[in-house]
Amino acid sequence: MSDTPLFQVENLHAGIEGEEILKGVDLTINRGEIHALMGPNGSGKSTLAYIVAGHPNYEVFEGRVLYKGENVLEMGADERAQLGMFLAFQYPTTIPGVSMANFLRLAVNSVRGEDDGEGGKKRIAPREFRRMLREKMQMLNIDESFATRYLNEGFSGGEKKRAEILQMAMLEPEFAIMDETVSGLDIDALRTVSEGVNKLYDGTMAMLLITHYQRLLNHIKPHYVHVMLEGRIVQSGGPELAEELEAKGYEQIRSELTPAG
Amino acid sequence: MVTKPDIDLGQYKYGFSDPENYHFKSRKGLDEDIVREISQMKGEPEWMRDFRLKSLEYFRKRPVPTWGGDLSDLDFNEIFYYVRASEATGKSWDDVPEYIKNTFEKLGIPEAERKFLAGVGAQYESEVVYHSLQEDLENQGVIFLDMDSALREHPEIVKQYMGTIIPPNDNKFAALNSAVWSGGSFVYVPKGVKVEIPLQAYFRINAENMGQFERTLIIVEEDAYVHYVEGCTAPTYTTNSLHSAVVEIIVKEGGRCRYTTIQNWSKNTYNLVTKRAAAYKNATMEWVDGNLGSKLTMKYPAVWLMEPGARGEVLSVAFATDDMHQDAGAKMVHVAPNTSSQIISKSISKGTGRSTYRGLVKVHKGASNVKANVVCDALLLDESSRTDTYPYMEIEEEQVSIGHEATVSKVAEEQLFYLQSRGVSEADAMSMIVSGFIEPVAKELPLEYAVELNRLIQLEMEGSVG
Repeated sequence: MSDTPLFQVENLHAGIEGEEILKGVDLTINRGEIHALMGPNGSGKSTLAYIVAGHPNYEVFEGRVLYKGENVLEMGADERAQLGMFLAFQYPTTIPGVSMANFLRLAVNSVRGEDDGEGGKKRIAPREFRRMLREKMQMLNIDESFATRYLNEGFSGGEKKRAEILQMAMLEPEFAIMDETVSGLDIDALRTVSEGVNKLYDGTMAMLLITHYQRLLNHIKPHYVHVMLEGRIVQSGGPELAEELEAKGYEQIRSELTPAG
Repeated sequence: MVTKPDIDLGQYKYGFSDPENYHFKSRKGLDEDIVREISQMKGEPEWMRDFRLKSLEYFRKRPVPTWGGDLSDLDFNEIFYYVRASEATGKSWDDVPEYIKNTFEKLGIPEAERKFLAGVGAQYESEVVYHSLQEDLENQGVIFLDMDSALREHPEIVKQYMGTIIPPNDNKFAALNSAVWSGGSFVYVPKGVKVEIPLQAYFRINAENMGQFERTLIIVEEDAYVHYVEGCTAPTYTTNSLHSAVVEIIVKEGGRCRYTTIQNWSKNTYNLVTKRAAAYKNATMEWVDGNLGSKLTMKYPAVWLMEPGARGEVLSVAFATDDMHQDAGAKMVHVAPNTSSQIISKSISKGTGRSTYRGLVKVHKGASNVKANVVCDALLLDESSRTDTYPYMEIEEEQVSIGHEATVSKVAEEQLFYLQSRGVSEADAMSMIVSGFIEPVAKELPLEYAVELNRLIQLEMEGSVG
């Protein structure tokens, strides 16, 4: 069992409204690994994130997504989260009237599930929840007033991204996808968010960082880098691949990969 | 919210009923003899009997409204107009009959309430059986009684104000109430007295086919303040029940009154209520109104802004589920200049439920510098649910500032997905979105009512997914 990779995508063909966007994606991520998925806009990075998280509007034509060896494609988004998967959204939705604290308490309890009576996960006591929330907010430099604000309502770009990381910190996933978590942030916000992510990385969880730009990777060091073009992972390598991309740009990679003719 | 209570939704939560054991129950239907009998039973003064008889005449002459909801199934001859459950109003808890206590027990009312609430007026059937009022309030001259007792103990105040805000001939249901009214609350707050804790009354219908016609009168003298709270639940029966209340409120110069209602009638009740307040110079009147349950609710709390500086506000929430029609809204009548009003209405429709916002903002000629704002938001939970908006405006003055916004939204797929991606089940996600939608009103409620409102909505939401 320990040999089973934490997360695997096998020959995934998928898209939306009948249009194929992912055209055979393969990806394996083990416990403790940080992977970066890079690629230009429209290459299919976010589509992959949505399909893994279980967005109901996307269709899978072929292939599997395995988490701890189990195919999650038939599961609802809630079940996947309960298994320990997490997606930090590029564009988090606003839920008017629902306070961050109320939402997080429900989410934490949903992920922990009912007491199984065998010493497994269980519901969090209100006092313990408040303590945990305060602690995580301090760690991420988030003002306490966030707890009573309505979920993403009136949040600035940077606040939304930090709120996503706060949710991740509270839910303690084993595998997290971060979709453009720093895009659009100024340098200070970028630093705060990436510091937060680094604090959460405990050496055993796995992460997939989806990013258009290399600059995030100056702050969060990946073990592996993959390049996605037109719905396929066309190149994989170590951290040096990110630097190569930065130097060459996606166009050159594309032309190098296309047979001359 | 996370735990799913094991509740059979086929059964209305408060649908239990006690064996009928009444001291007096009028026969079905309505005529002069029944009205005379009611008045005689109560030992009322002549003027009140005449008030009732005159009202009965108005009731007969008035047509059944053809606007709003469908009243064609309502048969006035199938209703019991008066039921008296107990000989007298119990002043202490010990005097309250055991079976009535049991009913309150099931509703979860007593104990805690008594401790921090100023007075608990609990209406069982047509008579208020339990009433308490903290001594310090009494010492301040605050009167909080059931309406029948008020008529006996303070006939001069009742006679002075009753029917002045809502005359018996105002509409068919106000006329009916004026003819057969029984129970309800009477609140009098003397000049300058600020009642710090909400005054509460619980109402409950228990006899099949019995109409409940409570009459409430609140008088807030100059610079005084009171918050009156009323919650209602009714048991389920197979034939139609009628609830038709009249609530009249007078807020004098510099005074402020807030009236909060959460009503959760069983699904066969016609809930046809007339509520109106008059606010005088620099006075403030606020209606906070939650409508759940009932077959049809028609209710439009109104504020007449009589003198400069008066302010009116209505915050309302309606939740219509299968086979229900919530026709609710508000009326603001600006009689004087420099008056302001705000209406915030939130409705939720589920299944075959239908919510209607019906509101009126009227500005009389000469009422300049009026500010009025209307916001109505409707949330539809599925394809079959329905909502309509009728925001009437009658503006006879040019120097006014009138705002109106209306939105209709569906629970967005993106919101559901976002919450579900955090491990929250679809049902809990839906409930959470609905709770968030009504939050602007819920946060204005006393805590226990906010909790109750959310809980009732959770119950209605169960089984709404899948």
